Amino acid sequence: MVSGCTCSVGTKFTSAIDKVPAPAFNAQRVYISPRTDSLRMSSELLVEVNGVSRSYGNIQALNNISFGIGQGEVLGFLGPNGAGKTTTMQIISGNLAPSAGNVSIAGHDLLTEPRAAKAMLGYLPEQPPIYRELTVDEYLDYCAALNRIDRAQRKHARDTAKEKCGLQDVGKRLIGNLSKGFRQRVGLAQAVIHLPPVVILDEPTIGLDPLQIREIRNLIRELGKDHGVILSTHVLPEVQASCDRVQIINKGSLVLSDSIDGLSRHMKSSLLTVGFRQAPDLLLLQALEGVQSVQADGERRVQVFCDPNADPTDQIVKLAADKEWGLIEITPQGVSLEQLFLEFTKDEQKAAAGAEA
Amino acid sequence: MIFTIALREIKTLFISPLAWAMLAVVQVILAFMFLAHIEAYLLLQPQLLTIDNAPGVTELVVGRLFGSAAIVLLLAVPLLTMRLISDERRNRTLSLLFSAPISMTEIVIGKFLGCISFLGLLLLLITLMPLSLLVAANLDIGIILSGLLGLMLLLAGFVAVGLFMSTLTQYPAVAAISTFGVLLLFWLLDWSGDENNWLSQLSLMNHYEPFLRGLFDSADAAFHVLFIATFLVLSVRRLDADRLGS
Repeated sequence: MVSGCTCSVGTKFTSAIDKVPAPAFNAQRVYISPRTDSLRMSSELLVEVNGVSRSYGNIQALNNISFGIGQGEVLGFLGPNGAGKTTTMQIISGNLAPSAGNVSIAGHDLLTEPRAAKAMLGYLPEQPPIYRELTVDEYLDYCAALNRIDRAQRKHARDTAKEKCGLQDVGKRLIGNLSKGFRQRVGLAQAVIHLPPVVILDEPTIGLDPLQIREIRNLIRELGKDHGVILSTHVLPEVQASCDRVQIINKGSLVLSDSIDGLSRHMKSSLLTVGFRQAPDLLLLQALEGVQSVQADGERRVQVFCDPNADPTDQIVKLAADKEWGLIEITPQGVSLEQLFLEFTKDEQKAAAGAEA
Repeated sequence: MIFTIALREIKTLFISPLAWAMLAVVQVILAFMFLAHIEAYLLLQPQLLTIDNAPGVTELVVGRLFGSAAIVLLLAVPLLTMRLISDERRNRTLSLLFSAPISMTEIVIGKFLGCISFLGLLLLLITLMPLSLLVAANLDIGIILSGLLGLMLLLAGFVAVGLFMSTLTQYPAVAAISTFGVLLLFWLLDWSGDENNWLSQLSLMNHYEPFLRGLFDSADAAFHVLFIATFLVLSVRRLDADRLGS
């Protein structure tokens, strides 16, 4: 992680209309993977977040966050509840003003040119902003009008958005009578109706059933082809399923920014779940090459933590066959958010402890 | 853009039964009052004939009808304006407006105009009643127009206060009761004794009553316009403060 200069920009914004000189570019960046670096060189950034901080009274919700996102990129914003995900989404979407720092959307500063910047983004908040008393068509027409789509093109825009989100059959129905999954889709359609370059989605799959989750994920991947998408979630598989790049936020600070493939590089161990018919001898498993630690999970199942570069699967199979333990299951667990989290917060705690000492 | 928001406001009103109920109730009550005023006028008529320069039917019936309408609408308008912003805040739909390329001023003015248009319709229905007297009597159209202008300005002031109260809370009922309180207070300010007291200068009643007598004073009109502008600006400031999170 590169620790840059600390942000000294403390401009207080009193009103969106105020002309505020753009704060100096803040050089702080967290770890940036080679892929995004080259992307940054080649194409213009759609969203640029520079040294954004936000506090609610005494609580510091965001602390000097900087990142960018380019065309055709799906960025996963990952963190536990209360880490500052929603605050970040609200700031980028113009619903909340940052206490310090600035955000620009497709080259327009969100505070000095709010209208131009907001025309470039679509936002789906955690709770979709829908009017239950309207029909889907009425609602989407209203959203199209709000986003300044010409009267002549509104019908086309509405139909395209409905098709994208699979709403063709419910156009005449009241939103209040739709199921939660459909309401979520109406919310999505609202966010993409004006074909914004940037789409911001705050926990889009929360409260949906697995089938709906899969549909929404497909939709997000589809959107990622022509839009820049920022997706916040606290579920890691979601990021793995639909994102190109991931950022982890914890207690208001970015702790990691990397591509999905790069994630596993940060793991100091990977996990295998192994099941046997007979109770195995943990000490023998522990002694295998590449195994870091072994933990019993019930009587006949073990969790094997191993070196990510040395895969002990073959040796475990061989050992189980020799000892006649009756191997019935061996599953690689991949990376879990909990593990990643422990990894990153552990580093921080160590650093904090070191600083104190 | 202002238009889009205003139109949606009207549409929402007419989708819900509230608008229809309000039109019906206000109309029934005012119709009863109108008839009562006519009856009172008919009883007074013989005496009026003996007085020189006696007030005419327009002043006695139309003026008093508009006077009563102001009181009835003082009760009704808070119910109309209570959900303007508070409902959007409660249903988390404000973020739709906040992330769209529109300014807070446009949102506030759009909502304001939406409500005003509805009340314009209501006023039209009320005015039709005294106009029906044209069949049998000579009406002073000047007084009717001045009364109508006064009532419109007054109602716009009511809506501005209601809109501001609605930005303050997410509970429509709280917005309604506080709007009613503020309006009633402004109505009663002239009760504070001395007529030239600065408090009574702020009274809505004092600046409305001349219109009913057919007296158009630009100072009264300016008072109403300032009153409306103040509360609209306060609403915009309040919504901006929402974004700043303070």
